Amino acid sequence: MSFADDAYGALTDHDDDARWAYGTGFADPLAGVPTTVAGDVDRADLAAYCLMLGDDALVMSHRLQQWVTRAPELEDELALANIGLDLLGQARLLLGRAGEVEGAGRDEDALAYLRDAGEFRNVRLAERGDADFAHLVARLLVFSCWRLALLDRLTASRDPVLAAIGAKGVKEVTYHREYAAQWVVRLGDGTDLSHARMRAAMEAVLPLAGELFSTHEIEARLAAAGVAVDPALLRAEFDEAMNQVLDAATLTGLPGAAAAAQGRDGEHGPELGEILAEMQELARALPGGVW
Amino acid sequence: MSEEIRHEWPLFEVFVRAKRGLNHVHVGSLRAADHEMALHHARDLYTRRNEGVSIWVVRSDDVVSSGPEDKDAFFAPSGDKVYRHPTYYSIPDSVPHI
Repeated sequence: MSFADDAYGALTDHDDDARWAYGTGFADPLAGVPTTVAGDVDRADLAAYCLMLGDDALVMSHRLQQWVTRAPELEDELALANIGLDLLGQARLLLGRAGEVEGAGRDEDALAYLRDAGEFRNVRLAERGDADFAHLVARLLVFSCWRLALLDRLTASRDPVLAAIGAKGVKEVTYHREYAAQWVVRLGDGTDLSHARMRAAMEAVLPLAGELFSTHEIEARLAAAGVAVDPALLRAEFDEAMNQVLDAATLTGLPGAAAAAQGRDGEHGPELGEILAEMQELARALPGGVW
Repeated sequence: MSEEIRHEWPLFEVFVRAKRGLNHVHVGSLRAADHEMALHHARDLYTRRNEGVSIWVVRSDDVVSSGPEDKDAFFAPSGDKVYRHPTYYSIPDSVPHI
């Protein structure tokens, strides 16, 4: 059996796993999950919804990867890379599902590398650049609190693939939230300088949260069909988690969420164009390149 | 802040228990501001390939170790006490179940 046939096969538990001193028991999160789409579910809607959640993860992952070689400590650099890779894994599954449901022959690579900014459906929060480490952990905290609530409800989706992706993601994003929260508390409840910079970061990031809870028409239709999560329902859980962290960080009197931008409809800032120029450069210069 | 500000985080030693292992094994060290951060860093540095199910961290300056100069006095005397091993003793045929 070659790795190309089944990348997990070589790493899962076998009788000969004594050769692995550490690190066995890898599992494919979609193993045995049926890929059929229920007859009453609109395939175009489902594909678009997978793109929304997949693009959030893909763009946020790219922003995290940009911290590699720039993080304040080696240990945190690896932590941020791990989080970025978790999100990249979620993005791959979601973009793969989007292409499969769409049925137009586009795979995860085509969707990641060959779409223009106007076709990306990520929320604006994911693409925002980080002025400093405090901005990064503020953004990661908001993103993780929201996404964890979303993925947790997604585990009950009627779409078996989305439910499986939700179950895998909940464990990952729970840690992302914990990582971000401990830094927000550490900096917010730290020195006068760290408090001031953490406060400035939260003041810059929190207005972007408005978009996270506005229900797109596609989300509304799929939520009614039991497939998607209506993000408006996540607000209470999000607020509770955020307030707990912000209280511990002594960060009070922060601004609320501002009017919603519509990243879900492809309306993005110039920052997304910069991300895509970097991310897609190679794939577009060498279409189909493999090495 | 009354405490003096240090410009480098202290060193911690990391011990990981593998899924099939019985005891925690020393896997390396890292820097962190406190024990809680050290646990997070240990998770991110030393268990990202599915290596472990439990982590211990301990401040490196809390570890007391024997020195190379103690080697003879500490370890050489046991080198000729072969009778401390159970295999030194022959078991009489009349003793069953051993």
